Amino acid sequence: MKKTLVMSVLLMAVALLVSGCGGKATKDDVGAPVVEGTGAEYGESGGAQTAGAREGGAWSGSQLDDPNSPLSTRTLYFDFDQSVVRSEYRDIVLAHAEYLAANPDVSVTLEGHTDEQGSREYNIALGERRARAVEDMMTAHGAPAFQISTISYGEERPAVLGSDEGAWSRNRRVEIVY
Amino acid sequence: MKNPNPMTLLLLGLLLWAGQALSEPLTFTITQGVEGALPIAVVPFGWSGGGERPPYGVASIIGADLARSGRFKVLDEADMLSRPHTATDVDVLDWKALGMENLVVGEIRPHGQGGYMIRFQLMDVLRGEQLTGYSVPTTARDLRATAHRIADIIYQTLTGERGAFDTRIAYITSVRDAQGKDSVSLQVADADGYNAQTIVSSADPLMSPAWSPDGRRLAYVSFERGRPAIYVQEVLTGRREKVSAYEGINGAPAWSPDGRSLALTLSKDGNPDIYVLELAGRRLRPLTRHYAIDTEPAWSPDGRSIVFTSDRGGGPQIYQVPAAGGEARRLTFEGSYNSRATFSPDGRSLALVTRVGKDYRIGLLDLQDRVLGVLTDGSLDESPSFAPNGSMIIYATKTDGQGELAAVSVDGRVHQRLGQRVGDVREPDWSPFTEQD
Repeated sequence: MKKTLVMSVLLMAVALLVSGCGGKATKDDVGAPVVEGTGAEYGESGGAQTAGAREGGAWSGSQLDDPNSPLSTRTLYFDFDQSVVRSEYRDIVLAHAEYLAANPDVSVTLEGHTDEQGSREYNIALGERRARAVEDMMTAHGAPAFQISTISYGEERPAVLGSDEGAWSRNRRVEIVY
Repeated sequence: MKNPNPMTLLLLGLLLWAGQALSEPLTFTITQGVEGALPIAVVPFGWSGGGERPPYGVASIIGADLARSGRFKVLDEADMLSRPHTATDVDVLDWKALGMENLVVGEIRPHGQGGYMIRFQLMDVLRGEQLTGYSVPTTARDLRATAHRIADIIYQTLTGERGAFDTRIAYITSVRDAQGKDSVSLQVADADGYNAQTIVSSADPLMSPAWSPDGRRLAYVSFERGRPAIYVQEVLTGRREKVSAYEGINGAPAWSPDGRSLALTLSKDGNPDIYVLELAGRRLRPLTRHYAIDTEPAWSPDGRSIVFTSDRGGGPQIYQVPAAGGEARRLTFEGSYNSRATFSPDGRSLALVTRVGKDYRIGLLDLQDRVLGVLTDGSLDESPSFAPNGSMIIYATKTDGQGELAAVSVDGRVHQRLGQRVGDVREPDWSPFTEQD
């Protein structure tokens, strides 16, 4: 038990170090372009912190990597043609807002996306409105605006390919990218 | 239509140097034709030279163009009773027997260095007389374009309308690999789908290509720097300029008819509004200012007004505003979703995306009587663009989850599809008429 825990913490550390070296881990995963200076800092410090984990099972890595933290939820889904943040995500958005307020050197990009229905430039506008809705909720709860940037990809970067409600509901989203 | 001069060769060299790759041609299939189309026969052209034959069947290119318009029923070559190459060799009885009303015959011979001279005649079978005929010099490289111009002449002679076969289309293609990485490209092809060339490629989204009114430049949106920016690129040389890279959205570029300005969507002041950017002085003028989404501008052909999509009334609908600025008035009232309007070349109607039930289709709004007709029957049809003669609308559709291009005649009777083997094809924009040399 102890052994596997140490092992998994070590693996996590290696993974974070690797991502830290690349400096662009989260962004590359979704194929998104990199805004210089956002991903890199976090990756490195996260790696160093995680390496210091002790036995006993208590999580002492970065809060962002704790799978039980509300911060681990990085994708918020939206209803069709809507940009209202669903009530189920309120606590998650607030947790991110608190985290940003407590970590002034951390910045985040909110990526707005839509499904493929309707016209493309309108969807760019709709994706931006979704990202700004999340941004507004974060700043209203104490997150400094300078730590947050938004971008809309509209329907240009679907998370899931497919032309049915199953795919569409997973594409109407805002991704929180640290 | 002239022999290659050193300038042409230099430009061709530049094209190749710019790394423009020939891509897979799109292939047109007519999926629904018209009754009452004019029967016409285009006899394979004769070759009166030794040496190497032309690389393409000129007559078959002409025949395919005419058939694609939906206005003509082109006789199958296998059904021809005779194959004359000149008007004097034509036995009209052969063609009357097949119910032909018109007939095209022609001959190609070598001309100059590696060039060709194409002589063709269009005949009225019933009267037994020639309607028109030309001798046209060309080259192997321009052979397809010359065939399209001949088709334009035939089309205009028989219908009275200008042909739009010698034009081009721009569109976006996208392929996603097994790792989920996209390769996006902006391509330009002849109106029949041939000679496809990639003029921009990127791992990041490319959007909204728009031909300049002189057909020499394309405006488009690229996310290549991580954020959207609008570029204007010369099609021939690949030279380009970044014209808009404000914070937030830089989208939906639309050329003014005089080619001096772009209407575009910016969200730099908080939410998407329409602006007019004068290209020479880079002067930016706000056109709309509303807390709702305003996007997808399009100019009227007279340059006096701009239509755009806005959800200020709740859902997306089409509005019109004077290009000089002023109050916007709503144009669409039918249906819950109308967007991405574009003017017909005569300014009398708008093609747009309209939601019918759960489906998105191409609609045609008559600006006089305000009747909105639905032209297509897909579920995800978008990005309508008129042929410069106003006869057809090209648009993007989805078949089995894959994006492809389709076209429909403005009367909704002729439907055709442009297939491509790999990836998504979308956002077609039909070029203006090509300037004649």
